[in-house]
Amino acid sequence: MKLLARPFFWLIVAATLVYAALPFWGQNVTLRETLVLSAIYVILATNLNLMIGYTGYVNFGSIVFFGLGGYLTLWLVADHRWGLYPAVLVAGAVTSLLAFLLGIGVLRLRGAYFALATIGINEAVKDFVANFDPWGGAEGIFLPFTAFKAMGGPGKALWTVYLLIVLVMGLSLLVAYLVKRSKFGLGLFAIREDEDAAVVLGVRAPLYKTLAYSLSAFLPAVAGGLYFFKNGSVVPDEAFNLHLSIEAIVMVMLGGQGTVTGAAVGAALYERLRGLLLTIQGLSNFHLVIAGALLLLIILFAPGGLMGWLYRVWPRLRRVLE
Amino acid sequence: MSRVILEVDHLTKAFGGLLAVNDVSFQMYEGEILGLIGPNGAGKTTLFNLVNGVYKPTRGHVRFLGQEITGLPPYEVVKRGLARTHQIVRPLNEMTVLENVVVGACFGAENLGLEPAARVAEEVLAFVGLAEFRDTLAGKLNLAQKKRLEVARALAARPKLLLLDEVLAGLNPAEVERMLGVIRRIREQGISILMIEHIMQAIMSLSDRVVVLNFGQKLAEGRPQEVASDPRVIEAYLGDPEMAKKILEEEA
Repeated sequence: MKLLARPFFWLIVAATLVYAALPFWGQNVTLRETLVLSAIYVILATNLNLMIGYTGYVNFGSIVFFGLGGYLTLWLVADHRWGLYPAVLVAGAVTSLLAFLLGIGVLRLRGAYFALATIGINEAVKDFVANFDPWGGAEGIFLPFTAFKAMGGPGKALWTVYLLIVLVMGLSLLVAYLVKRSKFGLGLFAIREDEDAAVVLGVRAPLYKTLAYSLSAFLPAVAGGLYFFKNGSVVPDEAFNLHLSIEAIVMVMLGGQGTVTGAAVGAALYERLRGLLLTIQGLSNFHLVIAGALLLLIILFAPGGLMGWLYRVWPRLRRVLE
Repeated sequence: MSRVILEVDHLTKAFGGLLAVNDVSFQMYEGEILGLIGPNGAGKTTLFNLVNGVYKPTRGHVRFLGQEITGLPPYEVVKRGLARTHQIVRPLNEMTVLENVVVGACFGAENLGLEPAARVAEEVLAFVGLAEFRDTLAGKLNLAQKKRLEVARALAARPKLLLLDEVLAGLNPAEVERMLGVIRRIREQGISILMIEHIMQAIMSLSDRVVVLNFGQKLAEGRPQEVASDPRVIEAYLGDPEMAKKILEEEA
């Protein structure tokens, strides 16, 4: 595929650059923090889409990758004096490898059984970490103030981390797009449609599923590392927050599973909606109820999400917005 | 006689206490069309599933072009040049007709990249007469078209041996004629065909030889005319052979 000749590739590059530049306008720290959260949502949703939308396996516990990435990164930085860059890369690689090994077993399950197993994985890892003394048990890991020094002090470090998170967001979109346009992606979509038929057609489903699961772990783990580094601490309840896992499913379904644009737009829309609900008095803890209702409505009435609806209204869009 | 392409050797599959396929052996030669017939529940589709690796046999062997393929997973079997269709069609519904066939070409015997696979897919779609539906979602096709899509996907894998599981079932007479034409042209390309079929007229006119299964066992094997007049085969299909003979005579 001639990547540079594809308009959608340039759309991803342009969107990422604009996104990165936004808060620098007047050094807007509040906007930056909102955009960090939104970017994290896009990363989680886009990578989760590799499983839900591409392969047809609903991963309810995808947040475990984000949390493990956070823990591994902070452990390497705080306890072993690693720099941030090697730490997040190693955290991503280790999480991805763990996902691969886990995937070999858990992906033998299908449908609801797989979904249940993924919840189990997240809860088991959370409980393990909460009782794992080298990682601070329930207290978690706190970064020493000196960790930011190497990056020119906390003020500058936060801006750098912002740019890195946006970079990971851009890479997530790019990976999602490249996979979708590849032979590997074609195999995944065949598995989504009918795994047994795909196997008979020659798709090596056990390997493909496991690779997709492992790939969907890498960038969320890197993002987790960056996010908790920015926060300066990581605790089990925040790192392995099952709510966020389920919200990520809502984002993917809202935007349109199986589409690159859909997962990203769904994540951004959901972040806005959540922000709105949090600021309304009396509704501040209501966003999960809304998320649940939203998921139900989408599955019942618009299983293709926003992009599915747009494609129906305007079929030519399918060729432009992947 | 030409080379043996498929050798089924004392193949047995037990589901619990039920012997779905019971000690079946036969050989198939290159370029041949071999018909596999038998009453419902005789074990025909199970035999297909054993040959292409969907099931692992309880006992026995399958050899393809002299190589042992017993117990290999289906995605390995198709890469060696043995493709199949499904009796109950299994289109990849939310993908276009072209994409369905590209999957077959990409992951088939030639292991093609996306672009060469697309060329093969276009060619195969034209061959089975689905070219005009290339951009239609596969789930939107009618049954006859879905059956042809099954054949197209299997052909795109560039097989040496094609297993056709009731590709004529559920088609009207005009559609049957069309599919028979496709099957003949596949054979002209030098592809061997093992086919399960219930439409006797079709199987009798197409097959070089016929294997008959009943209750999981091989009941008879031979040229279509020999098999059709075998009293055991008539009994399996119609019950009392004397009665069957009478009916056949009256019909004539």
